[in-house]
Amino acid sequence: MTAPRVPRVVRALHEARFVLGEYVLRFALGGVVVAGFSAIGELFSPKSFSGLFGAAPSVAIASIGLSFVTDGAGSVAIAARWMAVATVAMFAYASACVVLGGRARIPIWLAAVSSWLVWFAAAGGAWLLLHGSLAS
Amino acid sequence: MKLPTLAPHQLGRVKWWEYALRFAFGGAITLVASLVAKHWGSGAGGMFLAFPAIMPASLTLVKQHDGRSSAIEDARGGRIGAVALACFALVVAATATRIAPISVLVLAAIAWLVVAVAGWLVVDGRRG
Repeated sequence: MTAPRVPRVVRALHEARFVLGEYVLRFALGGVVVAGFSAIGELFSPKSFSGLFGAAPSVAIASIGLSFVTDGAGSVAIAARWMAVATVAMFAYASACVVLGGRARIPIWLAAVSSWLVWFAAAGGAWLLLHGSLAS
Repeated sequence: MKLPTLAPHQLGRVKWWEYALRFAFGGAITLVASLVAKHWGSGAGGMFLAFPAIMPASLTLVKQHDGRSSAIEDARGGRIGAVALACFALVVAATATRIAPISVLVLAAIAWLVVAVAGWLVVDGRRG
């Protein structure tokens, strides 16, 4: 007796639903953790202390937690190594925000958004420099 | 030495849509990190775990509530947060394949908190 054949379309739809479900879960979990850390940051004064929570590992906690289940511990370790590399870019980004934000003529939102270029430049540079020697 | 204080009344000043905005940015970058990891590997995806996705929204909202100098102070705190984030990542990298996932996350979160608070006390707390 052979197992009933599942039409390819049905299988594809089933897989798509699974993948979509994972993405929805990642979006929801990431959003909740980030909003939660922001709320914790709001609880404190002064603002430089609250700012610590703006660079909290909120996205990482959500992503890494799910990646343990979907991709395994080996992938998590690789992702964490590169995350450590990218924190240099995060530091450069925050420094750019401090410098550009200090110029009264530049709106703060523009200072913060344009500083993303600094992040991409620093992260891209680190990637080019290290991806030959660090597993990716 | 200046110490951080609890100011729960500040929570009430934040409007629901401001949390929704942070939710959307946070969800979006988590999704982007996962898509990048699927297409270009775990390393590339890992880099986006240190992408400052919500900082523009946060700084803009801080500026609206407390003024420009507070927003700059917030960004200054982000620099210490970045150093603490590096410690979080290094703890995960060192322990991910050795201990249970929940222990990895708890240990890394403790490392982040200790370094973030200690860093803030050393850099900003001393300004008194």
